[in-house]
Amino acid sequence: MSILVFAETSDNQYKKSSLEAVSFAAELAAKSGSAVVAVSIGNAENPALLGEFGANEVLTLHSGEYANFSAEVYAAGFVAACKSKNAHTVIISNTYSGKSIAARVAVGLGASLATNVIDYPDMSNGYAVKRGVFSGKAFAWVNLTAAVKVLAITPNSFEVKKNAVAATVSPFQADAAVSNTQITSVNKVTGSIPLTEAEVVVSGGRGMKGPENWGMIEELANSLGAATACSKPVSDMHWRPHSEHVGQTGITIKPNLYIAIGISGAIQHLAGVSSSKVIVVINKDPEAPFFKAADYGIVGDAFEVLPKLIEAAKSTSAHA
Amino acid sequence: MKILVCISVVPDTTSKISFTDNNTKFNTQGIQYILNPYDELALTRALDIAEPAGGTVTVVHVGTAESEPSIRKALSMGATDAVRINAEPTDSQFVASQIASWAADKGFNMILTGRESIDYNGGAVCGLLGALLGLPSVNVITKLEVSGEMANMDRDIDGGRESLTCKMPFVASAQKDLCEPRIPNMRGIMAARTKPLAVVEPGSANSVAGYASFELPKPKEGVKMISPENAGELISLLRNEAKVI
Repeated sequence: MSILVFAETSDNQYKKSSLEAVSFAAELAAKSGSAVVAVSIGNAENPALLGEFGANEVLTLHSGEYANFSAEVYAAGFVAACKSKNAHTVIISNTYSGKSIAARVAVGLGASLATNVIDYPDMSNGYAVKRGVFSGKAFAWVNLTAAVKVLAITPNSFEVKKNAVAATVSPFQADAAVSNTQITSVNKVTGSIPLTEAEVVVSGGRGMKGPENWGMIEELANSLGAATACSKPVSDMHWRPHSEHVGQTGITIKPNLYIAIGISGAIQHLAGVSSSKVIVVINKDPEAPFFKAADYGIVGDAFEVLPKLIEAAKSTSAHA
Repeated sequence: MKILVCISVVPDTTSKISFTDNNTKFNTQGIQYILNPYDELALTRALDIAEPAGGTVTVVHVGTAESEPSIRKALSMGATDAVRINAEPTDSQFVASQIASWAADKGFNMILTGRESIDYNGGAVCGLLGALLGLPSVNVITKLEVSGEMANMDRDIDGGRESLTCKMPFVASAQKDLCEPRIPNMRGIMAARTKPLAVVEPGSANSVAGYASFELPKPKEGVKMISPENAGELISLLRNEAKVI
């Protein structure tokens, strides 16, 4: 019996979310006495790296059909690996690609599925998992009753933990699957940090007055190693792309630090960010509802406060 | 062209969330229900594709009679007909298996869903349907165009976007950017009253997940205010006190 983990790559490197998933599996395995088997699909530079985080075994699927992502083909290969290793639990990070395959894997294994998982399962009485619901406004405990469980864990919810074991790396041969989808082009925003994986996020709202003022948001983000985000009105007015919109109908994030500048804190916005560990609110309106959800607040004009923050961030990072 | 759009009905985005019965049930008091916003995008795009081609768009919903106003809204937006599978939608695996067993022999050219429902946020129905029906599934699409037997799509990936082609039939889930949601006009609202809304009884499906209880996030302990003149102090607090940078 083993715990299988999907090790997702980006540009041939394992994503941080994959290392979180392996660490999560290692933690579970220590309780249940299972082996951790990481399944590396597509090209990866260093599969043995996963052993540093607790993978006892790494199976690689890297023949031609896995060169590009296809939910069908990846899920079929992963399901075959799960069956050959007698998986009782499957851990997948709840990224866009991870979520795309998690559902198919659950069907392939006749398993119970839980996405958005934010805590370790409670096995004291059955098998209950805690997941985020209502776009961050609440959490739910769900009982999973099938013999096999597929858990899609929320990025940034679990630590990456070093837990070095000697991992064996071997290729895995699954029956060839034919993809019905063909990727024609990939357009990655290079150099920037994916919003869902960012540990620090700097976010701007309508209080920034216009897209021409985003330079300051970006400068602060750069000096903190942060990703940038925005509120719904900002993306609706096309000041910023929809992919930066955080909130109930945008992306839900849970960074260590969320800095909201010129965002009043509507309930829909709070839903998407309230799981952040520390929230900083900068707003010139002292009555802005966001202050009630904040850990640190500054009542002030963004255009006066931001330059001071940028200067302080740059000078301290120089000493770090 | 026959398109199926799966719709769910969710609390309005402004809803304050609370629970009753010792935190085991969602408190529906005072809650306004709406068509799930991502499902509206899926439906709008389906209509824009089907209408010029003389095709049909069927909406399917798993739920009780209380959902019918939202199903009528889908019809008023332009859907040809609607089917309600008469069952409490307990979790995404139950919902997907009900839709899959109903849709299996209907010969749809494509099945669209929203990227997730904004209440339970499972985001799983698209992939579940794909696997159950043996079809390709493409999550979080931001573009969908049809030419002949092929569909050209864009989908969100972490940190970017990719373009792909897929042969019909397939399942895909709608992400923001796919289109602007269509607003029903008076003619649509009148027409929706007489459009067919069939109610079918659910098939047998074992539930493998059950909601046991709910929690609300812990309230914040209080905000520490910093004067705007000393804004730079925030950075040292974040570094030394909160230890997050």
